Amino acid sequence: MELKEKLVSSFMAFENTVDVDSSVHDIRIDAMKAFEAQGFPHKKLEAWKYTSLKSILKHDFSVFPKENEALDYKDIKKYFIHDIDAYKIIFVDGKYSSHLSATTHDGIDVCLMSSALAKPKYKVIIDNYFNKIATKDGLSSLNTAFSAEGAYIHIPKNKVVEKPIQIIHFSTGNEAALMLQPRNLIVVDENSHVQIIERHQSLTENPVLTNSVTEIFANKRAIVDYYKIQNDKQSASLIDNTFVNQKQESIAKVHTFSFGGKLTRNNLNFYQNGERIDSTMKGITIIGDKQHVDHNTLVHHIEPNCESHQDYKGIFDANSTGVFNGKVVVEKEAQKTNAFQANNNILVSDKATINTKPQLEIFADDVRCTHGCTIGQLDESAMFYLRSRGIPEKEARGLLMFAFSNNVLDSVKIPEIKSRITKLIAQKLGVNIGFDL
Amino acid sequence: MLKINNLHASVEDKPILRGINLDVKPGEVHAIMGPNGSGKSTLASVIAGKEDYEVEDGEIILDGEDLEELSAEERAHKGIFLSFQYPVEIPGVSVTNFMKTAINETRKAKGLEDMPANQMLKLIREKAELLEIDRKFLSRSLNEGFSGGEKKRNEIFQMAMLEPKLAILDETDSGLDIDALRIVANGVNKLKSKDNAVVVITHYQRLLDHIVPDFVHVLYNGRIVKSGTAELAHELEAKGYDWIKEEVNA
Repeated sequence: MELKEKLVSSFMAFENTVDVDSSVHDIRIDAMKAFEAQGFPHKKLEAWKYTSLKSILKHDFSVFPKENEALDYKDIKKYFIHDIDAYKIIFVDGKYSSHLSATTHDGIDVCLMSSALAKPKYKVIIDNYFNKIATKDGLSSLNTAFSAEGAYIHIPKNKVVEKPIQIIHFSTGNEAALMLQPRNLIVVDENSHVQIIERHQSLTENPVLTNSVTEIFANKRAIVDYYKIQNDKQSASLIDNTFVNQKQESIAKVHTFSFGGKLTRNNLNFYQNGERIDSTMKGITIIGDKQHVDHNTLVHHIEPNCESHQDYKGIFDANSTGVFNGKVVVEKEAQKTNAFQANNNILVSDKATINTKPQLEIFADDVRCTHGCTIGQLDESAMFYLRSRGIPEKEARGLLMFAFSNNVLDSVKIPEIKSRITKLIAQKLGVNIGFDL
Repeated sequence: MLKINNLHASVEDKPILRGINLDVKPGEVHAIMGPNGSGKSTLASVIAGKEDYEVEDGEIILDGEDLEELSAEERAHKGIFLSFQYPVEIPGVSVTNFMKTAINETRKAKGLEDMPANQMLKLIREKAELLEIDRKFLSRSLNEGFSGGEKKRNEIFQMAMLEPKLAILDETDSGLDIDALRIVANGVNKLKSKDNAVVVITHYQRLLDHIVPDFVHVLYNGRIVKSGTAELAHELEAKGYDWIKEEVNA
């Protein structure tokens, strides 16, 4: 049976496991209809021209997570940012793992989507925010239809959350092939600050497909700092659908570090609903053999005096492929918009490919929009300069690529993440950087 | 120390060097002068191992070893240093980190352990002082946004750190004001010993007032057409290069 049919026919069974009286029930039914009508995206769709899911979808994925043996923290510690105190929302094969997690209801809610959907005290937030900004495309609809578990984070107004929140999804290979559909909701109210780290990690070679949806609401003057660490196994693929709705004077930053996984598609959408909003999207992609990373971004400038900054760097080795499709829409009312977009790439191998496409739709006349994309090889004169000082070719190459991607890390606010990513970059580039930063 | 015999080199099939002979002994300073386009910078790059040039004939021998098969980094490990005419800007790599990497890679090639961090720091400070380089300068990205003088001072700072056997200074005086010229020349002179050698490539005599050569060679059309002592540099300064050209073409 094809995966689409399997999902459609599983929906009834899924419905029986969740509360049919919930207000989300109708949303799920509508979403299922939308998925049934559209199915999975295919290469005829403009936004999917360079990314094919075909080889991924052929696996016979299990769509219901089953109970799994508990993981031992010491075996998976390395996937945590463990040198700082943090809240943790941890899932194993799609099920919440209470013994690996550290949640809270002390002034803020850092907990589970399943409880938020079930308990009346969360109803107001769910009614006001759930599925309000996720798009109605096939993949997001599929996630909405099966939405049951994930992270639920609500920070009421005037709270600076000191500890970062880590959301990690592990898969253990207890199924021959597993499909996961985590659903996250993050609401940050007036003047509040939060830092979130998200990671998906497979622990075996069994295929995993994750189709995740995250809705983030940054209300008035809120500050949201979000880090996505994508360094999964070659057997794992990820479709990340993230939607960020910003209110006036809020600041939201999403950093995406893509180093691993077979296929990674990041659909990252920002909507600016207020004045003097600042939106930042940054990414470093370093991939090699048979890997594919696609960044599909949107910034929708709706109101005046707002800014957006996009800076994506990519290093592509072997026969890897990359896509950058960055859309900036500036509505007629959005005067004095300042939108910046850059996508710079290095192709290390002749067989690597990058498709980069900036799209600007500007309807206002008093705006400043800059964009640029470059595709190049390493600068040979710089290589000779380094080598003439005794730095061998491989290390010189690594050092230059390291320097190329490094400035994206300037805006990373958590030192432990910065040093972790720095090490990952050095590791990916096969260099011993041999110095402290 | 360095012996060049009948060196022919070309770039993209265009011959640039047409039979260079040069013999540099430890403790000596040689100046190579010549009009623009005579092949001075090509000679420097070929000795340092730049791959864009094709060596078609002849040999470059350092301490009895033919360099032909050696990469740029291997030549550096053997003690060759090239001070670039146009040092390359490398954003994202600080001067300090660059130097640490260069020193430790060179040590690794010699089978030595990494230099301990405190010793490295001390060395960096000491050499920075010699070149009158500010501490803040060392944490800036390599050559990025440096003035012409800062770039050249940074080159000699690297030379001081790496302590080469043979230093080739390619147009190190270009873009320097008189103070920077004095600092750079002073640095080079302090680094000179009876065991190392310096080849100064320059268009003008000016630098040679500060770094006094034992021998001066005139390069023209890919060959050394005249050699002499420091006196020859003065003669060139006074009379220009035309008389050399006429002599050769006659």
